[in-house]
Amino acid sequence: MSERQSNDQARASLMPNAEQRARLRKVRRFKDGLSRYGVGTAGLMVVASLALIFLYLFSEVAPLLRGSSIEVTADYPFGLSESDDRSRHLVLERYEKMGATFNDSGEIQFFNVDSGQVLASFEAPGSDRLVVSAVGHSVPSDRLVAYGFANGQASVVRENYELSYPNDQRLVTPDLEYPLGEEPVVLDENGQAITDLSVQNTDMGVVLAGVAKDGRLVMGRFRMSQSLFGGSGSVSATRFSLPPLPGGAEVQDLLVDDSGRFLIVADDKAQLHFYDVEVPSNAHLLETVPTERGQVTAMEFLVGTLSVIVGTETGSVSQWYLIRDDSNRFHLTPVRDFESLSGPVTAIAPEYTRKGFAAGDARGQVGLFYGTSSDTLIIKSIADRAIEQLALSPINGRMLALDDQQRLYIADVWNKHPEVSFSSMWQKVWYEGRQQPEYVWQASGSSDSFEPKMSLVPLSIGTLKAAFFAMLFAIPLGVMGAVYTAYFMTPKLRGVVKPTIEIMEALPTVILGFLAGLWLAPFLENHLPAVFSILIMLPVTMLVVGLLWSRLPSSIRNSVSEGWEAAILVIPLIMIGWGCVALSPYIEIWFFDGSMRQWLTNHNIDYDQRNALVVGLAMGFAVIPTIFSIAEDAVFNVPRHLTQGSLALGATRWQTVMGVVLPTASPGIFSAVMMGFGRAVGETMIVLMATGNSPVLNFNIFEGMRTLSANIAVELPETAIDSTHFRVLFLAALVLLSLTFLVNTLAEVIRQRLRKRYSNL
Amino acid sequence: MKAWFKSGAPWVWLNGGAVALCMIMVVGLLGLIAVRGFGHFWPADILKTTVVNESGGSEAVLGELVRKEVISAEVARTNGYAVNGDVKLVTRYLIKEGNRDLGADFSWYLDVGMGEWSYPENAMMIERREWGNFYGFPVALNEQGEQVTRVGKAGFWEELHQRVERSVELHHRINHMEEVEIGGVNHELERLRLDERRLELEGVSGQELAEAQARIAEKREMLNAQYVEIKQERDALYRQLERDSLDVVTVDGVERTIGMDNIVRVTRPNQLGLLGKFGHYLERFWEFLTDEPREANTEGGIFPAIFGTVTMVLVMSIMVTPLGVLAAIYLREYAHQGTFLKLIRISVYNLAGVPSIVYGVFGLGFFVYFLGGNIDELFFPASLPAPTFGTPGLFWASLTLALLTLPVVIVSTEEGLARIPSTIRQGSLALGATKSETLWKVVVPLATPGMMTGLILAIARAAGEVAPLMLVGVVKLAPSLPVDGNYPYLHLDQKIMHLGFHIYDVGFQSPNVEAARPLVYATALTLVMLIIVLNLAAIKIRNSLREKYRSASD
Repeated sequence: MSERQSNDQARASLMPNAEQRARLRKVRRFKDGLSRYGVGTAGLMVVASLALIFLYLFSEVAPLLRGSSIEVTADYPFGLSESDDRSRHLVLERYEKMGATFNDSGEIQFFNVDSGQVLASFEAPGSDRLVVSAVGHSVPSDRLVAYGFANGQASVVRENYELSYPNDQRLVTPDLEYPLGEEPVVLDENGQAITDLSVQNTDMGVVLAGVAKDGRLVMGRFRMSQSLFGGSGSVSATRFSLPPLPGGAEVQDLLVDDSGRFLIVADDKAQLHFYDVEVPSNAHLLETVPTERGQVTAMEFLVGTLSVIVGTETGSVSQWYLIRDDSNRFHLTPVRDFESLSGPVTAIAPEYTRKGFAAGDARGQVGLFYGTSSDTLIIKSIADRAIEQLALSPINGRMLALDDQQRLYIADVWNKHPEVSFSSMWQKVWYEGRQQPEYVWQASGSSDSFEPKMSLVPLSIGTLKAAFFAMLFAIPLGVMGAVYTAYFMTPKLRGVVKPTIEIMEALPTVILGFLAGLWLAPFLENHLPAVFSILIMLPVTMLVVGLLWSRLPSSIRNSVSEGWEAAILVIPLIMIGWGCVALSPYIEIWFFDGSMRQWLTNHNIDYDQRNALVVGLAMGFAVIPTIFSIAEDAVFNVPRHLTQGSLALGATRWQTVMGVVLPTASPGIFSAVMMGFGRAVGETMIVLMATGNSPVLNFNIFEGMRTLSANIAVELPETAIDSTHFRVLFLAALVLLSLTFLVNTLAEVIRQRLRKRYSNL
Repeated sequence: MKAWFKSGAPWVWLNGGAVALCMIMVVGLLGLIAVRGFGHFWPADILKTTVVNESGGSEAVLGELVRKEVISAEVARTNGYAVNGDVKLVTRYLIKEGNRDLGADFSWYLDVGMGEWSYPENAMMIERREWGNFYGFPVALNEQGEQVTRVGKAGFWEELHQRVERSVELHHRINHMEEVEIGGVNHELERLRLDERRLELEGVSGQELAEAQARIAEKREMLNAQYVEIKQERDALYRQLERDSLDVVTVDGVERTIGMDNIVRVTRPNQLGLLGKFGHYLERFWEFLTDEPREANTEGGIFPAIFGTVTMVLVMSIMVTPLGVLAAIYLREYAHQGTFLKLIRISVYNLAGVPSIVYGVFGLGFFVYFLGGNIDELFFPASLPAPTFGTPGLFWASLTLALLTLPVVIVSTEEGLARIPSTIRQGSLALGATKSETLWKVVVPLATPGMMTGLILAIARAAGEVAPLMLVGVVKLAPSLPVDGNYPYLHLDQKIMHLGFHIYDVGFQSPNVEAARPLVYATALTLVMLIIVLNLAAIKIRNSLREKYRSASD
């Protein structure tokens, strides 16, 4: 009895009662909801993270597109510069909190930019007893300022900032250095007043170039020899002078370059005079060039002193290069004009490390310009009066401007990526030191004054070149192979061929690249004629074998059913291929004087060992499986009743292929080719390893190239984060992404349409 | 013949030829890698011959024949060889002479003026830890500078092999000591330093700080003592290792003494039989798979690269599987099937075709610099400014590859889900199961073949991918493995080595390409085999699982 009772109980407990069922339902509903929303969230997040790739790349590229800006944040009357003791040179320190003004009186004052308060004050050597008659400065990065005195002497100072971190706070202590000692040096031996002055730090020491009162150009090279015992050393000097400007012109401004070889003088007759002063005894005028833009009112070197920015009374701002012609003579040539300012250009401030500059005019306008990109970044009116002095900070984040009423304007500058513009990336650019505009990719150099050359043209052309040769090789083989495999081949053989070729798609491209670079490239170099003989011989072999086969007695022919042609061809093809390779040295002897490479060179065809031919073969090999497998699917899925109908009407197999199969499957084959192209464009390792990676610009099959993708792989690990170069590489990645994405999407859409069409047929 | 042309048969033959060519290339490529890769380990005979040198004199050459080729005499002349005018073709031989310390290594020699080839019995090859192989003849064996035995005496070779074995064993022990024991102590010391810095950053002061510092100091004292002890032990081993040396002579009679500590193996291939060679072959093959690289990766093994690849792929799989499967289920089962979804689906599919380098760029910018930089600031402020996760490493490499292979997994899983007949779903729903029950208990199990296939294809793709890894965490020589006995055992922030990158680096960045070449082939062979096996496995699993569930899905 008790046993039965417990049985009943057990049975009862197996069936859930209403309450339990309700709870169970609740749990199940909860689980259902959990699954729905959990999976939904996860799925959406995955999709979103994939979309993030686009967004992130774009966000990295976006600053390149942002325009520059100048925002005046404050202005106040500048107490340190007065109408009788004007500031002649203004600088802004690296941390943008401290400025310095070099005045007419020879007084040098460091001041807090935001408050105008004096922090330190110095005097130029000699200015306590001599009258300052001229002030000149070097390129900003050398920080030299020279004072010329009324007695023909001159002295040079360099501002200097000591960094220290007491209490973890940055402290900048300004100081002055005296590269030529604390005594003025004699510049004009005749003792006449120096009316204009320029200074530059060169390999030959500090070079000073000035104008004496009688119009002579006086120059001197000074070198300080450190004395062993710590006292101030002695200064050795080489002085020489040049006759006054021809035609009675008067000097407006003069500049000496940082090699100490060239002197450029602007006169009051709208001319520029270009002197060679390398050898003091043979210093002479090279040429006199009319500016054709009016009289020069301001003139400065850009960093590296290979180009001069010339501002004129008409407001024109132009860049001039020192260009070497074919006979090794230098010329001063106008290269590009920027947008004009509205009034005469009064001040030019070059950047410290880049090829950019700021210019101000007599109507209070200030502009930012960039040389390489020929870009006028922004022109903005910041004052009502003429700008007398301009100073940019070394990191280009802030600008000081002083107007002729001695009012100081402080402006925030955003100018991070001026090197890049549409024209600098996609059009020919005339780079410093080059003879003509060119497409060049050379993003980093050894020296600070290197001009980055970021033209995407060589890389894009390289990408297309690699893809073109790869497709040239892959399309015939892939498509023809696909047609044969899908339509003619016996199913037995197809069961082997298709998976084999498809497994090749998974083969790492690094292996193809390494074989191409280490095996194929030297092999081709040594057997160059074989490439061409194989190209001709293999199709011939196929036809000959086919013809012979058709001539065989039918007993033999019928023993092998149709669809085995490919297998029959394998042995003859291998033999002929081997034969071509073995004959290659003889062909070289017979036709190419023993060495085809040499023969090519003699015919002015450059030959690199790792060239487009190698890349074409290797990358073609990587692309064949992609094309093959998609095209094969398309052909294979052509509805049978179509082909059977064609055959029944008496068409041959080939006629059926041409008349029915290919027209039907052509969208599929097209999409296969597109997919293959997409893959070839983005492939990195093969091009990285099988080309010389030199960004040349041609379609020569025997020369290498550099592609966008390989360029990213080579350069991205070595660039500074958020630099222009870094962002341009991101741009290259974005271009690759968008391009392949578009191509693939197009191919996919075509394929889906085709599928629909098949199902309707 | 005209009829034959008209029938279109030539075109069929041409198309057939294209397939034949594709197959020849595929098989030829695999064959090339296999032959070169496997051939690397075969102990080649050491040949001795004489050649005419530039000054016209005769010069003895001893080494292994690497390869030969026929070139036209013109090419030889432009390369600076003196070849008579009437000769049209010459054969040249690349001979590996080793003896890098004596300035030899690889040289090409023309057959013009080359003497008879002989294979001297006593010619030996010494694999060294430095300077690559040595080819020459033995003279005598020394212990502490005293001669023990010399060549020609009975038992010389036995004695030599015995002593080589001993020194290799000692070397192994020292290595273990340096890497595991000293490495462990250093790891602990570094953690102490970080602890100290953390205290500083957290602004702990007073009593607490003093206590903590005392604790740290005590521990550091202990570790330093331990370090000194291990170091003494190791130095003792070093002294033992330096005991023996071998006097050798090169083929031109230059005498040398090679310390036993520098010797990995001594072989006399000319005297070995086929079986003996095979033994050596296996030994070298094993060493290749399990040893660390030597001599700027041009000698030794590739174990760290294999290990790095496997670890990275495993970490990647852990991340990609759930994400890919969930995304696929969402797209197939939950999302509203409309035009928008169609667009999303095409986009996701197309991401599989996006160049891998783009993922690398994204990984470097977003994961490494952005995420990594922030993680460092939040969780590892103590080790700043040295970055922990703000620099390329294992985790970022895996994550980047996970993103890269996500479309592969999604596509496969979706295919698997799509293949399940709607009748099964409807049956389950009709029995009262909720949607999630139907999904997780009926549909997903049936779709596992698709998921497995996706995962394996993802692994195969990840194992072969190199371009993005160059940016996000793979290096040519990682100081240690990403998994070891030090807390936290799996070092996700560490840089790793990778088979594919190893091929690129050794083949193209190596200073001695000729020496590295066989190794690259062998590495490539390893990678190809790994990937083919993975792909075949994917196909196999897909087929067998499909078979298994066939009854259920029909």
